[in-house]
Amino acid sequence: MELAGREDDKTGQTGTVSTLSPNWLTTKLDFLVNWSRANSLWPMPFGTACCAIEFMATAASRFDLARFGMERMSFSPRQADVLICAGRLPFKLAPVIRRIYDQMPQPKWVISMGACASTGGIFDNYAMVQGIDTVVPVDVYVPGCPPRPEALIYGILMLHKKIKGETLIDAELREEKVLDNRGLRLPVERIDELSEPFGNSIHQTRSE
Amino acid sequence: MAKRTLEVDLATTGVDAQGNPITLPLGVDADAAAQASDGPALAGEHMLINIGPQHPATHGVLRLVVELDGEVVVRVIPHVGYLHSGFEKLGEYRYYNQLIPLTDRMDYLAPMSNNVCLAMAAEKLMGVEITERCKVLRVIACETNRIISHLVWLGTTSIDMGAFTPFLWCFQQRERIYDLQEMWTGARLTTSLTRIGGLMADIPDGFEDGLREFCKTFPKTIQEVDSILSNNGIWCGRTQGVGIFTAEQALDYSLSGPLLRASGVAYDVRKDRPYLDYETYDFDIPLGERGDVYDRYMVRLEELRQSTRILEQALDRLPDGPINVDDPRITLPPKSAAMSDMEAMIFHFKQVMEGIPAPVGEAYFSLEGPKGELGYYFVSDGTAKPVRWRVRPPSFINLAALPAMCEGRLLSDMIAINASIDIVMGEVDR
Amino acid sequence: MNPSVEALRSEFGDALVSAEVSCGDTYIYIDPARNAEILSWLKDTPGQVYNYLVDITAVEYRDAELPIEVVYELFSLDRQVPFRVKARLPKGESLEIASIVSLWSAADWLEREVYDMFGIIFTDHPDLRRILMWETYAEGHPLRKSFPLRGRFSRSEQVRQALNANPEAHYSLEELSIASENYGLPEKMRDRLRRGERGNIPDPEVVE
Repeated sequence: MELAGREDDKTGQTGTVSTLSPNWLTTKLDFLVNWSRANSLWPMPFGTACCAIEFMATAASRFDLARFGMERMSFSPRQADVLICAGRLPFKLAPVIRRIYDQMPQPKWVISMGACASTGGIFDNYAMVQGIDTVVPVDVYVPGCPPRPEALIYGILMLHKKIKGETLIDAELREEKVLDNRGLRLPVERIDELSEPFGNSIHQTRSE
Repeated sequence: MAKRTLEVDLATTGVDAQGNPITLPLGVDADAAAQASDGPALAGEHMLINIGPQHPATHGVLRLVVELDGEVVVRVIPHVGYLHSGFEKLGEYRYYNQLIPLTDRMDYLAPMSNNVCLAMAAEKLMGVEITERCKVLRVIACETNRIISHLVWLGTTSIDMGAFTPFLWCFQQRERIYDLQEMWTGARLTTSLTRIGGLMADIPDGFEDGLREFCKTFPKTIQEVDSILSNNGIWCGRTQGVGIFTAEQALDYSLSGPLLRASGVAYDVRKDRPYLDYETYDFDIPLGERGDVYDRYMVRLEELRQSTRILEQALDRLPDGPINVDDPRITLPPKSAAMSDMEAMIFHFKQVMEGIPAPVGEAYFSLEGPKGELGYYFVSDGTAKPVRWRVRPPSFINLAALPAMCEGRLLSDMIAINASIDIVMGEVDR
Repeated sequence: MNPSVEALRSEFGDALVSAEVSCGDTYIYIDPARNAEILSWLKDTPGQVYNYLVDITAVEYRDAELPIEVVYELFSLDRQVPFRVKARLPKGESLEIASIVSLWSAADWLEREVYDMFGIIFTDHPDLRRILMWETYAEGHPLRKSFPLRGRFSRSEQVRQALNANPEAHYSLEELSIASENYGLPEKMRDRLRRGERGNIPDPEVVE
């Protein structure tokens, strides 16, 4: 575009290219908004356990989250876009993550990193929330114990894909999902169902 | 004056205790303004602030409630348990070998040290003697993990003090050990390296060369960090003379690891209760003189060098031979034998379905983990699952000394002191 | 067997119930009523000097008839000798034993943990409250054998209780160190303290 302009200067002619200002373009508003949102996701790293170490490794030298516009860790939830729950979530911590999620402004997304955050993992016991989706809504689940940095990056790219499919017209998308009057996010039966152990774990709950 | 505590609600900083908005004209001294308006004089008032459980400077989900007089810390109340995962309860429901994946997730900065400690405790309980090659390989596992644990400490602490570069250097070196760990066990972090009576796998081809290469080039990074931090004015100003703990205090709080040695007490489990033939390795125990944060930093830096030394010696002496004990009741038969040989298949089946029964008794085994004395205590009633699996968590016990270290210091010193303890919340809360 | 056993027997007689060896380590059973006395003697007597408190924990056996044991793991830094002291607390009675915080400050958190996990009361402990579970945790003491692995309540009830906890209401009276200063606080805050994690905040009218 710049070259063409120079050519025009030489010949003294005004071509179509140089009459058009390079400062505008036509596109869909949704595309532009989603593109910019997806490429500058500020993460709120809710790092608790082992996954937090892998998250740190993802942000550090070799894997470098800055490639996705995410190097700016937002330790304050009020400036964050995506909550990354990296690690297991005990019941004692559940009100904390809920508070952080409530403090984040819309638009916001949640990545559940690792087996423990997604399902409770190997900790099917009295202390552990069996999947953070019983506490906050989750957009992307990243499997692994802990997931490799590549897996987390893949999850982030999946979130990009999801964001790029959103539309501004859908007001429901950005609605605050508040807790009901009992203080729960999901119906009681749903939580019990989600928290059910999978596989044959009868053997593992026997003490001798 | 009488000690009073005034709570400041952090969410609404512009509101006083009665809920009325505070308006102070710019450039006016706060005390003078308070006196002029007949309000309470703020001098001598204590303020309560809350740090954590989700805060970048608390190294995990630690929560500190701090009572401040101006900027001076009057009291610190640590709240732990935000990562309580019920490890010890789960341990009563698992076979001894099934505990090993749990130990990875306890101190996830040094998973292999935990794997080794669990296997050694169970072997002590069962009276199993491991092979020579296994011993040396376990030393390699322990020392590489001491290095990666100290590197995380160095990196995150330097971030806390405002230096970002060492973090990137440290993580670069960590990635090299992660590559080696991945070669060996298939996992970067949750290694589950040991089995009772041996290891899950022998080291693969190329591991020795990779580790030798690491040992050769890693001291350069220590040297770089040393040159950028040790004489740095900001670093020295924030660490020297901060959080001093005398030897008596350190023993009173049962501190262990670099924290205790920085206070001048030469207690190192590798020297005092040798295991894995540590008495035959040539290495030094660095000691601090003043017991401040700077000494803890220097001790850890020196331990990185000493660990490299031990690794080199271990590589030199690595004998050939089997890695697992030759006992079909303890060691799983090779997969090929289990598939073709009836007897091997029965042993395989019995071990997987019924576990390895331990004799009635109890055993406490401890080793020098990166954070301090890491101990596992088993009580057995003769079944294949322990009655009680107790972890002696070094960072839990070290963290208990935080209030005593911080009292009377500035709030910013508290961040440095907390960092110097080197906690890992998975182990504190278990 | 550790020679300290003989020295103890001549010094304390019947307070030393029995001595055994397991896996090369000597451990003794003592009279729980005299634990502080015996541990103090072991710590300070020349020739013994078990000056390093390694650990305090408790053990409950699967056999419900057997008493609960409190275990003190000691180590002599001067002589490099470990020693384990145990005290049996019968289940029918109240589980109480004297605190040894005056001997080692490290005992503070370790005893709080044993209290939290087993419900053993350490008398004269300066600040005996739950440490790992939260103050209002209603399900009991997790490491007791009668406590089921997944806790006593259903998963949905556990989530409900966790989410209804107020993460900001954790300022307890100990933290404010102002049992006597409580009256000077504004009503709003006293109310908050009353609802806080401690539960039984004394009312000024009742105290005075």
